[in-house]
Amino acid sequence: MKIKLKINNQDKIIDIRPDEMLLEVLRKNGCLSVKHGCDTGSCGACTVLLDEKPILSCSYLAAKAEGHSIITVEGAQKKVEQISKYLVDEGGVQCGFCIPGLVLTVMSMEKELNNPSEEEITHYLSGNLCRCTGYSSHTRAIKKYLEEKK
Amino acid sequence: MKQVNKSVPKIDGMGLAKGKPAFTDDLADSNAIIVKVLRSPHAFARIKNINVDKATKYPGVECIFTHKDVPRNVFTRAGQGYPEPSPKDKFILDEYVRYVGDELAIVAASTDEVAEQAMKLIEVDYEVLEPVLDFEKAENNKSVIHPEKEPYTMFPMGFDASKNIACTYDMHVGDVDEVLKNSEVVIDKTYYTQAQAHVAIETHSSTAYIDHYERLNIITSTQTPVHLRRIIGEALGMPINKIRVVKPRVGGAFGGKQQIHGELFCALVTLKTGRPSKCIYSRKEVFESSFSRHAMRLNIKIGAEKSGKLKAIDLRVLSDTGAYGEHALTVFMIAGSKTLPLYNKVDAVHFGGTVVYTNHTPGGAYRGYGAIQGNFALESAMDELANKLNIDPLELRKMNMIKEGETSEIFKIMGEGGEGTAQIIESCKLDYCLKRGSEMIKWNNKYQNKNKKVIDDKVRGIGLAIAMQGSGIPNMDMGAASLKLNDDGFFNLLIGATDLGTGSDTILAQIAAEALNVPVEDIVVYSSDSDLTPFDCGAYASSTTFVSGNGVKKTAEKMKNLIISEGAKHLKIDVSDTIFDGKIIKSKDGENSISLKEISKGWLYNYGQAQKQLLAVDSYVGKKSPPPYMAGFAEVEVDTKTGHFDILNYTAVVDCGTTINPKLALGQMEGGLLQGIGMAVYEDVKYNKYGQMLTNNLMNYKIPTREDVPNINVEFADSYEPSGPYGAKSVGEIGIDTPPAVIANAIFNAVGVRITDLPITPEKVLLAMKKKQIK
Ligand code: FES
Ligand code: FES
Repeated sequence: MKIKLKINNQDKIIDIRPDEMLLEVLRKNGCLSVKHGCDTGSCGACTVLLDEKPILSCSYLAAKAEGHSIITVEGAQKKVEQISKYLVDEGGVQCGFCIPGLVLTVMSMEKELNNPSEEEITHYLSGNLCRCTGYSSHTRAIKKYLEEKK
Repeated sequence: MKQVNKSVPKIDGMGLAKGKPAFTDDLADSNAIIVKVLRSPHAFARIKNINVDKATKYPGVECIFTHKDVPRNVFTRAGQGYPEPSPKDKFILDEYVRYVGDELAIVAASTDEVAEQAMKLIEVDYEVLEPVLDFEKAENNKSVIHPEKEPYTMFPMGFDASKNIACTYDMHVGDVDEVLKNSEVVIDKTYYTQAQAHVAIETHSSTAYIDHYERLNIITSTQTPVHLRRIIGEALGMPINKIRVVKPRVGGAFGGKQQIHGELFCALVTLKTGRPSKCIYSRKEVFESSFSRHAMRLNIKIGAEKSGKLKAIDLRVLSDTGAYGEHALTVFMIAGSKTLPLYNKVDAVHFGGTVVYTNHTPGGAYRGYGAIQGNFALESAMDELANKLNIDPLELRKMNMIKEGETSEIFKIMGEGGEGTAQIIESCKLDYCLKRGSEMIKWNNKYQNKNKKVIDDKVRGIGLAIAMQGSGIPNMDMGAASLKLNDDGFFNLLIGATDLGTGSDTILAQIAAEALNVPVEDIVVYSSDSDLTPFDCGAYASSTTFVSGNGVKKTAEKMKNLIISEGAKHLKIDVSDTIFDGKIIKSKDGENSISLKEISKGWLYNYGQAQKQLLAVDSYVGKKSPPPYMAGFAEVEVDTKTGHFDILNYTAVVDCGTTINPKLALGQMEGGLLQGIGMAVYEDVKYNKYGQMLTNNLMNYKIPTREDVPNINVEFADSYEPSGPYGAKSVGEIGIDTPPAVIANAIFNAVGVRITDLPITPEKVLLAMKKKQIK
């Protein structure tokens, strides 16, 4: 079947199987920043923004994305760079596999929460697992980013 | 020092954050054939018959391999050096399946869906056998897990497949039984450590293709590309000059990617079809069908004087290697060799035990590599001793622990499966680590105030442990590098060392930059390509900073000398009168000079018969393995009604020599500590009575999330290791070692109960408290 949607601000008509998940479709269409980390919707590596809200693309039917706008890290390079600068400076990007999904979630948190506390930050981002860093560097980086953005 | 001991941002950090295609699956050909593996539903069975006729005819299926179609060469997937210290007990596919998830058949198809459908059409007739699922009953069990005749070991390690024994080992210094008998106090305890899963967020991934030289190229998420090339050649019976292994970015590894996974399956499919293929494991496959930490039973006896002076330690270990023996011997030996030297002043010490086969998912390399298991037993027992003697555990450590300038006989006796290497400890700041850590967490106040009620039913407690690791395998692990000078005066640094997200590309560039006195930006790094980069054993055994780092330092110093000697020729001055400061090559009086920028261009373009390519290559093999050390402390708050506990603070003070990149070293520590906390209190690979893994997904197997992170404080001791590159030792593993013992000790301090089997759960704490009340 064919669906019409926006990927990274570009209108697309793409051919999908009805049972295909958005993750596969995005990767096939060049969005390789979207990662596959689990089979159970538990890791957050596949996070993308659908109409500016984070969703897990591994468990979201591509067909449901019809008419919606998807943003991946490929389509938000400038913003991603602004946030990631802090992550990189704090040593928060180790293997980097979890980072695209994390950064997109941070982007949505910024819109949703005003002046979040550390607790609110870790809660908001808790669906994005990272096995390398122990998270502390992420928290330091994100706090600094939000602080300096003010 | 300008470029080292400096927090340079990780050189690939921004590119990865911006989602550049850098991981195996990103690099696979978009038309790659999909490789899937049909896996055993039984813990132990013999395949009486396997029929793939229907599956092969299914539209879209490219080819299917069963044990009848693949070379029958016995090998080990351990991914170690040569000769391997693991039993060779694995075939690509075999007529036996030895655990739930073991490989039965390889299916190659145009899409995932076709492969899945085809797998359902494969008919297997099993003779189901009685599995061995209790590792304490494995030895001499009537079920023999490896009845085949081919398995062997490359050197004696007590391997006896007929008894389900993968290996045995025994060593002693002095007469332990005698010294224990004469000790004023003896602690005699048994501890259990569980299997832990690595859970790198990128699952095991590999892809293969044949290039225009008709060679097999494998891109794979691995820690050990060069060992992999050798092992693939061995398993397929093919010359290794036909194989190239490239490691792209790796999405976390932690030891899990030292072993071989789907590489052989891709190789088989691509060799047969001539087309690109890829094999991306599902999370379930990673849990069930790769490797986990070896579960162990550790019996420990410590003998001491009433004063607290240790007299003897006896550590006996039983380790579960699961269905295959990858790292069976070495992980088990490290439970002793990287713990017992902490207390080097005993009169007698004994270490020994057995590693058994069971029908579990195989054990494999995992950060900490036996040291975390050994540390839990040793440092819990030390706490029990302190309690029995009524001595502050901090004082007990201080009285007995190893100090700078000392040695332990164990270094010489125990090595990588065989004899070790004697060494004098030239850097050990354990005394500082303990002192500083105790200040940071306010040990003195808190330890005395044990069982301190805070609110309602909540009480607090505090615990500590010390730990050591190593820095590579001496006289065996080698790291090599090459540096090429380009026009405009920048360099290509080629290294075999494998960056797993650890930041080794960055710190090795820093080391080269420091030796050449140039900015890090002038070092362009390319790593881990078996065709292009010099040899490196790979990233394991905490070797990269120390071994590969020393290799890079030697290479860069060679390049510097080359620039000086060739520069002197160009300037027509004496070499002894020539200096290179990173920018300018000049005579000491400064009269003759030329910039590196200019001369490098001339050497490549304009100097006629004097044109030349400057290239330096060197390699390094450690003569010793200087241990990093640390002291870990935790404060916990236990709810006496429910057994629930929170870790309030975790403090770690670490001696890893001089850090090359403090921020990246901190990242290694914080990441290691949280994985260690995961092992201590959350993570547990569990099976049901049929040997099926219950924790085969991230919903049932919980790794710590952001919300589980206690307040963690890490500091580095001021330390300099003379044999390390610019004073550095390793830092990749040491962080994981202390949490199990530290948290067990803190809980004891809080509520007076001792948890001896990991993980430490609220249920266990509650039950232990109830039991104590009844008594
Ligand atoms: S891939 Fe893990 S949540 Fe989507
Ligand atoms: S940086 Fe490796 S998983 Fe987060």
